[in-house]
Amino acid sequence: MYDVETVRADFPILSREVNGKPLVYLDNGASAQKPQVVIDAVTNAYSHEYANVHRGLHTLSNIATEKYEGVRGIIARFLNAADEREVVLNTGTTQGINTVAYGWAMPRLEPGDEIILSVMEHHANIVPWHFLRERQGVVIRWVDVDEKGDLDPQAVLDAIGPRTKLIAVTHLSNVLGTVVDVKAICAGARERGVPVLVDGSQGAVHMPVDVQEIGCDFYAITGHKLYGPSGSGAIWIRRERMEEMRPFIGGGDMIREVHKDSVTYAEPPMKFEAGTPGIVQTIGLGVALNYMMGLGVANIAAHEARIAAYAKSRLEGLNWLHVQGRSEGKAAIFSFTLDGAAHPHDLSTILDKKGVAVRAGHHCAGPLMDHLGLTATCRASFGLYNTEAEVDVLVEALELAHDLFA
Amino acid sequence: MATQSFEEVVEDFEFLDDWEDRYRYVIEQGKEMSPLDDALKVPATKVEGCASQVWLHPRIDDGRLHFDGESDAMIVRGLIALLRRLYNGLTLDEVLAVDARAEMARLGLNEHLSSQRSNGLRAMIERIRSIAAEAERA
Repeated sequence: MYDVETVRADFPILSREVNGKPLVYLDNGASAQKPQVVIDAVTNAYSHEYANVHRGLHTLSNIATEKYEGVRGIIARFLNAADEREVVLNTGTTQGINTVAYGWAMPRLEPGDEIILSVMEHHANIVPWHFLRERQGVVIRWVDVDEKGDLDPQAVLDAIGPRTKLIAVTHLSNVLGTVVDVKAICAGARERGVPVLVDGSQGAVHMPVDVQEIGCDFYAITGHKLYGPSGSGAIWIRRERMEEMRPFIGGGDMIREVHKDSVTYAEPPMKFEAGTPGIVQTIGLGVALNYMMGLGVANIAAHEARIAAYAKSRLEGLNWLHVQGRSEGKAAIFSFTLDGAAHPHDLSTILDKKGVAVRAGHHCAGPLMDHLGLTATCRASFGLYNTEAEVDVLVEALELAHDLFA
Repeated sequence: MATQSFEEVVEDFEFLDDWEDRYRYVIEQGKEMSPLDDALKVPATKVEGCASQVWLHPRIDDGRLHFDGESDAMIVRGLIALLRRLYNGLTLDEVLAVDARAEMARLGLNEHLSSQRSNGLRAMIERIRSIAAEAERA
């Protein structure tokens, strides 16, 4: 039994007020709040167990290294990876995708080679590929979503041509809430020998992820959306792909030997982890993932599905509100605009006065905004601690905004 | 010192108890403002640093500043309307002497003035001040 009130009590920030009203935090798509265990882990690490990792042989360095390295295994369990050495620790999905762009794609893609993207990708899964387009003549093939906001796996597979070298696709749209059937895409792509990168920045937050079952080659996650510290994250990379990769960022910790005229690299995954990492952030991420697995990722997903269904029914009752994306199994992410002249920023200003935190803007999804014919939307994105009562507060605040801007 | 027109706004605000009515007032002010001609919405009149789109079109008549403006966001349009009441008709020296932060604080709207706020009120005030300063140098 998932008791959301017990869960809420784990998140100290949720008991604060904003503008004299209880905080209703619906900006989880941008970043999630942190449970006390994560905050305590960060404080404890800095208070009692901090030193650089992989370096010293002294006690504190050993403790910090053990805790830090332990997170690799936690992430492997969270993603059901076969081997924790396939997990590269980093600062989040943006770094993960750039690592693939620079380390895997750049050395092997020739002018005219193609990368397939869906139109609903986040800029983190677009701009690194634009680099390849600008710098080495790689062609980006875009696949549209249908009028409901669904991405047909067959449409993605149909876009594969003789020059296709990679498919990079989101698991869950940060704007529409659409869940993509990445398993079907990976199965078809594998038959044609095309690797698939999955942007799991949102997906891993809202549903159980099994990278072996999905069959992808790369799966990127972001710690701060997973109730962990900002500046933490990871990318899971299939062993064969990892072996094909060149290191991206050079520096300490990723080398075996360095001389004046030669350098050899550490074994993966260390080869892809240059410099002092986000030690404490990563330790905090491990605690956050254990927290999620403790609640049960499937239980979290079931709770959010209830919230999504309730929010959908309440928002549908507002005939002056336009919700973008009507995918059947969509996650609890609702982007909307208001009839008339009100801008999404107007809307979020009024909601904020009611204590409701939402995001207003283009959501780092320019091509999708173009596709929808919009410049911005308001987005309410729910997390594991949100409640039906908070949906009601959102609706009340929207009704007030509608009245003010009418 | 503020214009008579702005003093009237301050007086109106004294009768508005809660933030809803104040926002309603601000939004109404924006609605009553005539829209800026599309031909004037050009890069030179665009104010960067606002989350929504903002244009300010100034003219100097007889040493006095007048400007029109527009935004695609209704609250920001309203804030532009209030700035017009604050500044329009002042001499360039007077424009530069206005303490906009203090004046907006009289309306309880100074929360819009912190540099991290994305509505761009601060950017608009800076634009108005630089227009006046430039005109004075010319």
